[in-house]
Amino acid sequence: MEIFEPNLYLYLSVSAVMFAIGTLGVLTRRNAIVIFMCVELMLNAVNLTLVTFSRFLDDAAGSMLVFFVMCVAAAEAVVGLAIIIALFRNKRDIDVNNFNLFKW
Amino acid sequence: MDINSLIILLPLFGAAIIGILGFVSESFRKQEALIGGLGTLMVAVPFGLILMNFLGYHEHPVHFRIFDWIVSGTINVSFGYTLDELSLLMGLIVTGVGSLIHIYSIGYMHGDKGYYKFFLYLNLFIFAMLNLILGDNMAVMFLGWEGVGACSYFLIGFWYEDMAKAAAAQKAFVANRIGDFAMLAAMFLIFDYTGKATGNYSLNFSDILGLDWAADSAPTFWVALLVFIAATGKSAQIPLYVWLPDAMAGPTPVSALIHAATMVTSGIYLISRLGEIFIHAEGVMAFIGIMGALTALLAALIAIAQNDIKKVLAYSTVSQLGFMFMALGAGAFTTAIFHVMTHAFFKACLFLGSGSVIHAMDHTHAVEDGQDIRTMGNLKKYMPATHITFFVSTLAIAGIPLFSGFFSKDEILGKVFANGLMGGEFIYYLVWIIGAFTAALTAFYMTRVYFLTFRGKERFNAHGHDPHESPATMTIPLYVLGFLAVVGGFVGLPEVFDHGHLNWISHHWLGHHGTVTMEHTEDLGHVSAGIEWALILFSSLIAIGGVYFAWNFYTKHDLEGDTIIKNKLGKLYDWMGNKFYVDELYEFVLIKPFVRAGTDVIMVFDKYVLDGIVNGIGSLTLFLADVFKRIQTGYVGNYALMIVAGVMILLTYLFFF
Repeated sequence: MEIFEPNLYLYLSVSAVMFAIGTLGVLTRRNAIVIFMCVELMLNAVNLTLVTFSRFLDDAAGSMLVFFVMCVAAAEAVVGLAIIIALFRNKRDIDVNNFNLFKW
Repeated sequence: MDINSLIILLPLFGAAIIGILGFVSESFRKQEALIGGLGTLMVAVPFGLILMNFLGYHEHPVHFRIFDWIVSGTINVSFGYTLDELSLLMGLIVTGVGSLIHIYSIGYMHGDKGYYKFFLYLNLFIFAMLNLILGDNMAVMFLGWEGVGACSYFLIGFWYEDMAKAAAAQKAFVANRIGDFAMLAAMFLIFDYTGKATGNYSLNFSDILGLDWAADSAPTFWVALLVFIAATGKSAQIPLYVWLPDAMAGPTPVSALIHAATMVTSGIYLISRLGEIFIHAEGVMAFIGIMGALTALLAALIAIAQNDIKKVLAYSTVSQLGFMFMALGAGAFTTAIFHVMTHAFFKACLFLGSGSVIHAMDHTHAVEDGQDIRTMGNLKKYMPATHITFFVSTLAIAGIPLFSGFFSKDEILGKVFANGLMGGEFIYYLVWIIGAFTAALTAFYMTRVYFLTFRGKERFNAHGHDPHESPATMTIPLYVLGFLAVVGGFVGLPEVFDHGHLNWISHHWLGHHGTVTMEHTEDLGHVSAGIEWALILFSSLIAIGGVYFAWNFYTKHDLEGDTIIKNKLGKLYDWMGNKFYVDELYEFVLIKPFVRAGTDVIMVFDKYVLDGIVNGIGSLTLFLADVFKRIQTGYVGNYALMIVAGVMILLTYLFFF
């Protein structure tokens, strides 16, 4: 079927939808783990965009950058999860709205 | 490096060594002979170098340069120095008299806890003074000008624990600042004028004097006037002379060196140096003459009614400086420098003599104030060396024929008179009359102070602690200066002898080549020998008459003489005794309004406007912080929302604009 022909707009649409879902998740959810997962989703949406353009423009630089993003995301996950564990140990809770010590 | 650089660098080196070692080492401070010897050496060697240059001088000024200071485009201001006739002669006076006073200070300052500081300041002063007189451009000259002012301030306030002495130092500094302001303005004008006239901005004396200073044009007039105002500050003329009598708060060698022989003559030096400009500003010249005459008269009148030996000498210095300005006003620059020289000899000798007297009187512990001549008398018996040198110097300043002061003072009066006669300027007759009258007063009050100090009744009761003669370090400089005070005038014999060819100072040293080439009076032609002899006779009679009268008067009445004069003069004597209330007038007209303006206007402005602005900025920041800090909620979600909103705004902007 014509509609499943791989084309640029299709990939970019998927990426955009993923990014939007991720952003909405970060903004609306309160569970720190879920927020984290949404951030990962956003990163992967960006990765998809990069790979897409890399393929369609025939430029390997885009694919290369994806590896960097993955590395950063992994590192970020490590640090972030460690922070979440530390939070949990303190308050037995990971609802971000319960953590507002850094305010005026 | 040029050997002549040592003239400038040695005094600076001496000051640095004495200052650093004295600061760090307790034991060095106690080595009085070492400090004094080192300090003296650092002035005596430059004296030798200047003397060598002076003796080997052959019509060509010697230049030397230490390093470039400001180089920018065509402007080149360097630490460059010129040894020409004028600066060599001034240099000889400064380092020569300076060396003697250094030697004297070794004895005089003995036991003072600030001994090393005293020599540090003295050496620093000599350094600054040499910059002033040897500098070949106005910038270096001005550095020296400010330097001597600063050293004068340090030394007047040398015993700064005494509030009155600290206040005197401040007064000197402030009065000098007013003159310095005029000096700066004059320098700016000169700088501007050289640039406009030649397209080449410069402050070098050779460039400045090489210009065509049109007679009675605006720049000529203003430069001359401003330099004269600057000179009234440093050289203590009306209206800025008030600091000099108070400056006697400093140690006596300082009074002799700075406030009699050298620093106060720097105004006369500068006007002589810039003489080419002044002779083209006739109005200013007449003004200088009349101001000099008025200063001389005023100071002489005040001196008659003073009882503090140093105050009398201080006012007589102001008066003698007035004479020098009379000579400058008449365009007789070499004559003014001649009087600077003889005055340096006899006045330094008088001051050092008074220091010796004060030393002795304080030692007796019999008098409250060792400077009050009313509690002295008959010191001739105890202090033969001080007496004889003070005596010959008194005769010199009084202008007794054949003593040094006679030649220079007679020449000043002669030149002023010649200006009136040949130039037809009425004002110079007035100056001459005031000058002659002041010369008579000088003879009178100097004889009075000599007589009340060294002769007459012994008015102190020593209780066994008789005053004694000072040590050799103090008497040797006295003898040398006394000798110079007697014979120093023979370098400037009057015109009548061999048509002035025997006048070494104007004929060979300053007169016919080099910087001070012009004698305004020579352009006017010579007065006849008859008139000249008459003038010489007249000034001799004035001097001898003044001394004779005072001598008889005080022999007869002793201290009662003052009371008789007081009764004769009545109100005028009170005015003289109270210095014509000039200090009080300044207090009322200048200082009070300034203090009032300070407390009533400036302080209010400061408190409400300036402080208001500063505090207002603080309050505003606090207020804004109070408003905007509410953004910082501490909820991660809020921050994320703000980031997203920011991104949206940016994207919107990028897409649509």
